[in-house]
Amino acid sequence: MDDIPITLLRAMYVTMLRIRRFEEHVARLVERGEIKTPCHLYIGQEAVAAGICAALRVDDQIFGTHRSHGHYLAKGGDMQAMMAEIYGKRTGCSRGRGGSMHLIAPEVGLLGTVPIVSGTIPLAVGAALAAMLQGCDRVTVAFFGDGAMEEGTAHESLNLAAHRRLPVVFVCENNLYSSHLSLFERRARDNIVDAAAAHGLVGIRVDGNDAEAVHAAASQAVARARSGGGATFLECRTYRWRGHVGPSWDLDVGVKRKDELREWLSRDPIARLRQSLVSAGVPTEVLDRLDDDVQAEVARAEAYAKQSPYPAADELTMHVFYSEDASR
Amino acid sequence: MNTRPLTYAQAIREALAQMMERDPRVFVIGQGVWSPWYVGTSMQDLDRQFGRERVIDSPVSENATTGVGIGAALAGMRPVVIHPRVDFMLLAVDQLVNEAANWCYMFGGQVSVPIVIRPIINRGGEQGAQHSQALHAWFMHVPGLKVVMPATPYDAKGLLVASILDDNPVLYVDDRWLYMETADVPEELYSVPIGQAAVRRAGRDATVVAISYMVKAAVEAGERLSHEGVDVEIIDVRSLKPLDDATILASVRKTGHVVVADSGWRTCGAAAEISARISEHAFDALRAPVARVALPDVPAPTSRALEGVYYVGADHIAAAVRRVLHERATHPLRGRASVPP
Ligand SMILES: Cc1ncc(C[n+]2csc(CCOP(=O)(O)OP(=O)(O)O)c2C)c(N)n1
Ligand SMILES: [Mg+2]
Repeated sequence: MDDIPITLLRAMYVTMLRIRRFEEHVARLVERGEIKTPCHLYIGQEAVAAGICAALRVDDQIFGTHRSHGHYLAKGGDMQAMMAEIYGKRTGCSRGRGGSMHLIAPEVGLLGTVPIVSGTIPLAVGAALAAMLQGCDRVTVAFFGDGAMEEGTAHESLNLAAHRRLPVVFVCENNLYSSHLSLFERRARDNIVDAAAAHGLVGIRVDGNDAEAVHAAASQAVARARSGGGATFLECRTYRWRGHVGPSWDLDVGVKRKDELREWLSRDPIARLRQSLVSAGVPTEVLDRLDDDVQAEVARAEAYAKQSPYPAADELTMHVFYSEDASR
Repeated sequence: MNTRPLTYAQAIREALAQMMERDPRVFVIGQGVWSPWYVGTSMQDLDRQFGRERVIDSPVSENATTGVGIGAALAGMRPVVIHPRVDFMLLAVDQLVNEAANWCYMFGGQVSVPIVIRPIINRGGEQGAQHSQALHAWFMHVPGLKVVMPATPYDAKGLLVASILDDNPVLYVDDRWLYMETADVPEELYSVPIGQAAVRRAGRDATVVAISYMVKAAVEAGERLSHEGVDVEIIDVRSLKPLDDATILASVRKTGHVVVADSGWRTCGAAAEISARISEHAFDALRAPVARVALPDVPAPTSRALEGVYYVGADHIAAAVRRVLHERATHPLRGRASVPP
């Protein structure tokens, strides 16, 4: 994978750091009681969002889930607007109507993230269908978890995408858990990726903690989709470090996971990419400075969110329907 | 009867445990049933007590899980299917409405579908549009489904027992906002008949017909209004379908003023159906138009600033009661011959 240019590695590194530092700070804010909206942290999975989105163009489109701070940032969403949203402010990316679980950044192709498990998978297929009907070479990515593959909608969507040869990439982030249940408490076999072949799609299992590997797999999948070769299913194996929701490390009641967690902590995707950069000759001081910049950016986002106004009480009924005036 | 204080959540658990002890056909399936995160203490250690063969935490597969429950019911079991949020149950509406609700009628009444579906209302907390919905009214609309909504620990147990004993599909809708309500609950098994409302407070001036959590809010409003010299009667409907028209209408005939309070949306909500029945059957007794307290027709927002004005409670009920009593004095209908003075 030495064909990935160093500027790209560096860009992915910055993306991953932005996700990590942003969420570490959100975790503190939740602990302090400043943030109430449920936050599902992506820490540990950053290589997936960063690797996939680095293979996309700005006009390519993505959909996400309840755990999508990372997808939002990786696709280029504005950090301040996301922080303001989490604070419930009018300047938030969803204007205080969505919170952490409902993010949007249409200007960079993030068409929406929602917490109904599997809810956005067919939407991504639909956006891909639109691209095809519109005759443009846009690609759509559906991000979803291993749990989502238990919903009928997921399988219906795979079939439709395969049958119509739609330009979509299914990115299943298999973090081995669906809330409190491990994969093996929900499935007879660890074979999510096989669903792809069953539906006539190319299915590939990727080390989701290796940004370079994710990027390589994504580049191929995106190229296939863009050139009319149809959909691809990527199972990215990864792990969420924190509990299902909120900042705690081991909240998931009655299950897991100390040894498992320790092992996955040692496979930190950020440390791994940093190692690649250092090996490629990037001085550690440079990398440290990037981190400082990111921390400063997070602090600015917090300040921005805090000083932003709440929506006014009489705006409750605004935005139930679309209107040109209110959309700005 | 021996009683002791139980929370609403504990009362649910006790009903499940006692029914599982008594009847080997009863089993539980649904998401999060091994985790307090989803179901509070309402299922605590049931899996330990009865084993994970009979208390099944399911994959994220609402439609299949519900269909599996219906199939098991057709094959002689008494399943309780749990959806930790009403919102997630929307993925199972097909099985619930097309299959469970219609089954008995489609086959000429030869077969029953003795299933309990237990969706939980879990709202507030800046969770937003897909994690806050209260959609019981949708299911009232469907022939072949019964819908119950307990407001007290006593009913939480008794209605769940009745739902499991019932030979038909029953939607048993409980509300996380009630889980810590505490009251005396009998130790032994008992059931609360489905289709009977309860008078929670007797009064002369106005009737508040309330559903589930809004009963608690109505009781609070009733206290407050009593200090203003207003004496409200509070009806807890307990069962939305069948609905106990007789108890509601008797109260309306007594007071002539009605507020219907529900925690679902206003348009086509449960309160709309109840209001319609009152105007159909007790129009002559009304001394002011029926008022509704319900959610505005808006998805649940997340921002605390908007959540604070979104949900309805005791304040809204008290204000509505004052309004209907005031309208009695000013409403144009007042001069009509058929309206009693
Ligand atoms: C339709 C639906 N069912 C259930 C839930 C509850 N729920 C929220 S997140 C989650 C876990 C999903 O697991 P996975 O898809 O693996 O995503 P992860 O949380 O691991 O990122 C569940 C079951 C939901 N939000 N939507
Ligand atoms: Mg998962």
